Amino acid sequence: MTDNPVFARIQADIDGNDVLLYMKGNPMFPQCGFSAAVVGVLSQMKVKFKGVDVLQDMEVREGIKAFSNWPTIPQLYIKGEFVGGCDIVREMYSTGELQKLFDAKGIAYENV
Amino acid sequence: MAMEAAEIERLIKEGLPDAEVHIEDLRGDGDHYSARVISKAFTGKSRVQQHQMVYAALKGSMDGALHALGLQTSAPEDDA
Repeated sequence: MTDNPVFARIQADIDGNDVLLYMKGNPMFPQCGFSAAVVGVLSQMKVKFKGVDVLQDMEVREGIKAFSNWPTIPQLYIKGEFVGGCDIVREMYSTGELQKLFDAKGIAYENV
Repeated sequence: MAMEAAEIERLIKEGLPDAEVHIEDLRGDGDHYSARVISKAFTGKSRVQQHQMVYAALKGSMDGALHALGLQTSAPEDDA
């Protein structure tokens, strides 16, 4: 890992939360359609997750992209693993892969 | 800033020479596209890795010139 100071903060957040979503806005008030779409998938599945509003923290907003080598927000992490952005989460949800991943990681959800 | 569909296709093919690329301009504003990319280079790669390969081909124009690129990637065999 490079010595980007924000990486330690990001790593701690990722390690400390089973399901973590770096997003624009917060789960109650997403500020971007793509972030809202991922919040929608997680909420529909009744998955407990923490949202990190990158609009409130520019260091994290840029740091997370370098951390994951992924250029956009939102970014979903499950048990420390980067799962993907909006397209991937939606695609995995529609194919059932997201449900399988939650099963494999022992994350509670409702199959709807 | 915006990008032309042809420019996106050119960059993706430069990075993934065998790629079959289908681009759709979602809103006509040069900022919201969807792209379907099929390449042998994706074989055995996770979706995240496949998308990262496309982003790498776009050389940093993602989140700068290009706000939103809906991506669908697959290796030729999956594309039955």
